[in-house]
Amino acid sequence: MILTVALAVPLLGALALAGSKRWSAMRARWFATGAAALSLLALIVAWFGFDPSGPLFQHVDEVRWVPSLGVAYRVGVDGIALAVATMSALLFVAAIAYPLDARSEPRQDHVQYYAWLLFLQAMSLGVFLALDLLLFYVFFDLTLVGMYFLIGRWGHGEPQVSALKFFLYTFAGSLALLLAIIGLYLSLDPHSFDMRVLIERQPLAGSGLYAGLVFLALMLGLAIKTPLVPLHTWLPQAHVDAPGPASAILAGVLLKMGTYGMIRLPFAMMQDAFARYALAIAIIALVAIVYGALVALGQRNLKRRIAYTSINHMGYTVLGIAVAAAAFSDTDVARRLALTGATVEMVAHGLITGALFLICGSFWQRTGEYDLDRYGGLARQAPLLTGFTVLAAFASLGMPGLAGFVAEFQIFAGTFAVYPWLAVIGVVGILITAALFLDLLRRLFFGSRPLHLVDFPDLNRAEWGVLAVLTLGIVVIGIAPRFLLTLIEASSAVLVGGR
Amino acid sequence: MPVGDLLPELILLVGAVIIVLFAAFSSHDRQAWAAGLALVALALATGFSVMQWSRAPMLSFSGVWALDGPAIAAKWLMLFSGAVTVSLSPQWMRSDRRHGEYYALILFALLGMIMMASANDSMQLVVGVLLSSTASYPLVAYHRGWAPALEAGMKYFLIGALTNALLVIGVVVLFGLVGDTDYARTAEALVDADPFALTIATACIVLGLSFKLAAFPAHAWMPDVAQGAPAPVVALLSVAPKIGAAVALARFVLLLPVDQAWPAIVALIAAVTMTLGNLAALRQSDVRRLLGWSSVSQSGYALMAVVVIGAHPQALRALLAFLAAYALANLAAFAVITHLRGRTALDDYRGLARAQPIVTAVLIVALLSLVGIPPLVGFFGKFLLFEVTIAAGYGWLAVVAAINTLVSLFYYLRVIAVTMFKAPEGEVHVLGIWSWLAMLASVVVLLVASLGVEWGLGLMASLRFAL
Repeated sequence: MILTVALAVPLLGALALAGSKRWSAMRARWFATGAAALSLLALIVAWFGFDPSGPLFQHVDEVRWVPSLGVAYRVGVDGIALAVATMSALLFVAAIAYPLDARSEPRQDHVQYYAWLLFLQAMSLGVFLALDLLLFYVFFDLTLVGMYFLIGRWGHGEPQVSALKFFLYTFAGSLALLLAIIGLYLSLDPHSFDMRVLIERQPLAGSGLYAGLVFLALMLGLAIKTPLVPLHTWLPQAHVDAPGPASAILAGVLLKMGTYGMIRLPFAMMQDAFARYALAIAIIALVAIVYGALVALGQRNLKRRIAYTSINHMGYTVLGIAVAAAAFSDTDVARRLALTGATVEMVAHGLITGALFLICGSFWQRTGEYDLDRYGGLARQAPLLTGFTVLAAFASLGMPGLAGFVAEFQIFAGTFAVYPWLAVIGVVGILITAALFLDLLRRLFFGSRPLHLVDFPDLNRAEWGVLAVLTLGIVVIGIAPRFLLTLIEASSAVLVGGR
Repeated sequence: MPVGDLLPELILLVGAVIIVLFAAFSSHDRQAWAAGLALVALALATGFSVMQWSRAPMLSFSGVWALDGPAIAAKWLMLFSGAVTVSLSPQWMRSDRRHGEYYALILFALLGMIMMASANDSMQLVVGVLLSSTASYPLVAYHRGWAPALEAGMKYFLIGALTNALLVIGVVVLFGLVGDTDYARTAEALVDADPFALTIATACIVLGLSFKLAAFPAHAWMPDVAQGAPAPVVALLSVAPKIGAAVALARFVLLLPVDQAWPAIVALIAAVTMTLGNLAALRQSDVRRLLGWSSVSQSGYALMAVVVIGAHPQALRALLAFLAAYALANLAAFAVITHLRGRTALDDYRGLARAQPIVTAVLIVALLSLVGIPPLVGFFGKFLLFEVTIAAGYGWLAVVAAINTLVSLFYYLRVIAVTMFKAPEGEVHVLGIWSWLAMLASVVVLLVASLGVEWGLGLMASLRFAL
């Protein structure tokens, strides 16, 4: 039940907001924050009720929907899903509570902005909680609808073009996914969309071309969402034109659907096929790591630079997943380590990049400018902003003691045991990331301050309050990750060791 | 003669005749009452066809008339679209003081379409196609003082005349081959028929039906009719003939011997139709024309199920589910357009969301259902199509359809974006309470169908042709 509560509360909140005409933006924001927080609370309760030594999927709810097609409302979590979903809910609370960076919009339609954010929260959590392939697809698609309206209506720059490009590009991925899902569905007899059955029965094991095509379509759909180079081109534009909180959600939650989907669908359901192509996928991930970092280094636009670091970080996650899928029987421990690392990377990247994009929103609200060359010397004038940005940037570049390090260490440790050469090349990516974040901090906060920034205000209470919560999460995971690792390892042990 | 088997059709016929007489002898200000008569006739016909459901499947009138699940389900859909059309019409037609017989034409057209879906005899099919065509031509050109309507009517008529003639030629050749028009005996006799003549007959009949389906190569009338005909008529003509023709085509191709390459040909037509419709819709700046092209592309999807109709047991269910989903969404979309007084240029939809939030919501739901965004019923329609085509080995067709779905998303989103993201300009005039109710009814049915997919599929699970 608890998972259904986590899904239903934001959805009902969205309906209430959409139906209310006279609410002030402030009241809508508090209401939405409350609904999002309740959903987060439900997931935390689920976390406490999760038994790491129990079965793979827990808190399962099942309700008949379309039994003649084998479709049902099935939700449930393993440790991986629960960790990612809880992080997402936290990020949604943060994004909703954070002030919207709309510089010229009239205030009255902000009620709908919060309604769309809550709707998006319900759909995003649905993706992570679904145990039914078709339900997964339904939620996967509806997140696109939510994000489309958020970017198109409250974005800046060329929001409608970006929103359209975002929707079309990622919908292409969805359709590839749909064809693959039908392929998986038809391979079961009797046909069913139940993920548990698919994971248990591995229906496509060793069936040659058909399995290869289904796997290809699955990976294509998920790689667009992740995004993996060379399918990443929708990402920078969508990010730059989206409002800050929506960007945070896009990077922190929507991208995770790609990598989470890789773990949940091809990794768990088609272990044979994934093992066959693991090296190829690991190499593509490596390209994403290095390419994402290099292109990010070349960006002069603040938001674009952070957007490209997402490509780099999602590359680590995919590398971890690919390593975990490789079929070397004597490396179980390393592969488990890599899968745990990949999941921690999802959580860490969500919190860190979420915080960074919220900070971008604050910059845009104050100046309407993303060009790094137009900034400088803000350290003295905006110490809070500087502090939070420095911390998030250091976490992103993998500083020990912060969340990013925990994740990347495990991924590379696992990779080193399975594909040592890839690990060696991959570390170069971390080096470039360090360079690009240090350069970013230098340009924003140090050096001489341009004249137009004389009255640049520091973060206000709402802003730093939200950032403090996210930062706290980053530090806690960095220093005492045990609570998170216990949860994830319970599932990665089953998934990796279960072959 | 089992006249009771024809009760719904007879009611439509009698209703139409009464309306013609009523329109001839009543004053101008009472012409709209004919709409009420038409609704009564449609409701009665629906009621009687519901009673037929339990007796199906069977053949009646010496095998000429099929009373089976697909025919009755199609009948319901067509009668529903007729009811929506009729309730949209009185206020739309207010400026035309003598329009009573308009409703009679709608009933005649529906009767023809129902005959197409129920025909189990090639001559019966011809009669149905011709009746629905001749009743539709004047409906399209009903605004006789308006040049675009006349142009649309003319195009519709010319293409219709050509393809109807081809259909008749095809049926005649078929008759020459088997010496009978009855489908059951046709199927038996075709096993050792001359393949060349059979190819000609098949090609002509498929061409003739492609006109009613608005499928390639006889699709050219659809965008013009969508733009020029009275908006309620478009709601009818973009939906009902397709349903009738799709069922008729499915019934017909099942007669053909296996060595005829008809699945490949229909697959090709399907692929070309959906691609052409979508590509043409991309650049339209006129919403009605855009929906006209979209309706062409949707015919292409529907044909996917016809391709595998003999190869997969659930293809018929997929076909009807898709047609139902398409019909509901398209009716809702054209109800919105009618309610907005036929507002057609895309630029006129700017900021509609602020002026008319509910109308915009209905339009968006309808368009998203046409794309196939879950959990709307359009998704299930497309899903079933994809399922049967992939399972029957036509994976490439499913891929083509998926790509086309993606392309179609672009132009549907263009409309949605204009209503949602642009600033409003000027006032928005709406038609009145009748069109409002018809619009709400269509969207409520759409949403109920989305939630009640299980029930609908259960109803259609055991559908089969009576043969």
